Amino acid sequence: MSDRRIRVLVAKPGLDGHDQGAKIVVRGLIDAGFEVIYTGLRQTPIAVANAALEEGVDVIGLSSMAGSHLPFCRKLRPLLDERGLGDKVCLIGGNIPAADFDELRALGFTGIFPTSSKIAAIADFIKERVQ
Amino acid sequence: MSERQNKPRRVVNESGIEIKTAYTAADVEASGGFNHVGEPGRFPFTRGIHGEMYRKRPWTMRQYAGFGNAADTNQRFKFLIANGQTGLNVAFDLPTQIGFDSDSPMAEGEVGRVGMAVDTLRDFEVAFDGIDLEQITVSLTVNGSAAILIAMYLVMAEKRGYDVAKLRGTAQNDILKEFIGRGTWIFPVEPSMKLVGDTIEYCAQHAPKYSPVSVCGYHIRESGANPAQEMAYAFCIAKAYADETLKRGLHIDEFAGRLSFNFNIFGNLFEQVAKFRAARGLWAKIMKEEYGAQDPGSMWMRMIAAGGGGGLTKEQPELNIVRGAYYALISALSGTQTMALCSYDEAYTIPTEHSARISLRTMQLLIEEMGLTETVDPLGGSWYVETLTNQMRDKMVETMADIDRRGGIVSLVAQGLAQAAVSAQAYQMQKRIESGDFPKVGVNCYRMEEEEAKVEFHPYDEDDAKAQVAALDTIRAERDGRKVQTALDRVEADARAGVNVMPALIEAVRAYASVGEITDRLVTVYGRYREPVVF
Repeated sequence: MSDRRIRVLVAKPGLDGHDQGAKIVVRGLIDAGFEVIYTGLRQTPIAVANAALEEGVDVIGLSSMAGSHLPFCRKLRPLLDERGLGDKVCLIGGNIPAADFDELRALGFTGIFPTSSKIAAIADFIKERVQ
Repeated sequence: MSERQNKPRRVVNESGIEIKTAYTAADVEASGGFNHVGEPGRFPFTRGIHGEMYRKRPWTMRQYAGFGNAADTNQRFKFLIANGQTGLNVAFDLPTQIGFDSDSPMAEGEVGRVGMAVDTLRDFEVAFDGIDLEQITVSLTVNGSAAILIAMYLVMAEKRGYDVAKLRGTAQNDILKEFIGRGTWIFPVEPSMKLVGDTIEYCAQHAPKYSPVSVCGYHIRESGANPAQEMAYAFCIAKAYADETLKRGLHIDEFAGRLSFNFNIFGNLFEQVAKFRAARGLWAKIMKEEYGAQDPGSMWMRMIAAGGGGGLTKEQPELNIVRGAYYALISALSGTQTMALCSYDEAYTIPTEHSARISLRTMQLLIEEMGLTETVDPLGGSWYVETLTNQMRDKMVETMADIDRRGGIVSLVAQGLAQAAVSAQAYQMQKRIESGDFPKVGVNCYRMEEEEAKVEFHPYDEDDAKAQVAALDTIRAERDGRKVQTALDRVEADARAGVNVMPALIEAVRAYASVGEITDRLVTVYGRYREPVVF
């Protein structure tokens, strides 16, 4: 897959409308050479899983600012597995308290980028895991 | 050694204005002179909309609050009032803001999380129980479902025995900015504008003391706009609502006096103060000269100076208490009518009683100890501030003209172009912060190795959500089902007929129809907004 650019899905889970951070990450990852698909707001777990499948992405990134990330990720994980996407790199960013890191990692969200993370850190993490 | 020693000598503020080392009267003259200044309480109101300002009454303190269910929120309201708060600013959960009932699958995990859950009139009856709605004015932070919640507030007040014709209060109800930032839209742009017009028209006729719209530069600034653009976008949006209402045959003086604004207060102190002074003069001029307003009240830029969330940091969160104090100082120096401060823990959680009280005390300190309520517009006459006021006004006028040249704010929002422009700027700012070009203490300078701060998290209780759903079931069982259906049918019919839907909404909420049921009927007619993704 060396000639193919890494494809990243950036999704806004749930009803949270704070998309400034998600859009910054989209722009940053495009500038870093990734192909990025942005879902827009109000994505359900099924919508994210389906988008990941249809778009053939390597990476699934969620941006959550309003605190409902855990219930969302608990629902998303089996939906990804059912679609054969269990090995995709999963990232989550935004307002994510440290107390939730362990459960998120257990759900396969290995890249956790809380508020004030740098774009380069996200890009480096993806490059390390995907290539 | 100072971390700033190698910074470049050229200083340009966020709005793009080059800042000099010192200013003289010649700079004021060169930037447009002193004509804009005038007297406090007189046109063009640059120095303040009232002549006596805070001597007569200090700014209203209106912290944003609400979580869980109506009973939880009622308790927090009473706590804040007992601590000297003088207004309420209600936070609703996302399902309420987006028109989903608490038992909707879309609401799962979100009920009562970022604000109070409201399904029916019963929730409002509980939330405001025991609160004197004449003494304590209430601001509803709701947009997509605002028309429904305004109806609910008016009916709740009327049932409590208040005269709606004298009832004061505010709804945010600024849907255009929701498309740019914050994102609690429901319907497409056109019917959304129509609903805003309905609320303004209805209130002008039936609740003339109620402020049906608070136009928010605030969230556009949070989404990436600079301070001058914040005001320019807000004014273009306010003009769009005024135009929508004028189409109904109302005169500008019948409603413009109840339009209010919500602006942000983080950033450079002098730039913000000049921003507010310039904007007051500009808005007065727009209302008087473009719209032919004659009532001075129509020319007033009444405002809440709010939050500052975009300036707060997750790093070294105690510093946010200090930032909050400076933001409050900016608001007071700017002559705001109402103030709400973000609490220091807001980068982590919704404020606890402790952090909410610190914010409240911050404002009370300014009132009681610092002399900020004694003299109107204390920075007026400063050569620097007056020059900057002229320059900020020019920037705002330039940005407004640019928005109009590109087709106007409604069209730019509908195409996703306003959103793209603002988010492109947020990205540029992120790069400046990451490179250290734009200093942020604790983030790109004066950093410390720190564990995640020991912030007390406001607990989220899943049982609250279950209780809310159970309460909704009970109301559905107890209410007069036929009345509800008739009222909902009327909502749909009135929406379809294109008449003002407020009377139908009033009837529906009075029958205890839920926010979700009413929204669904409106969606049947209006459809749902589809977000254009433009980068």
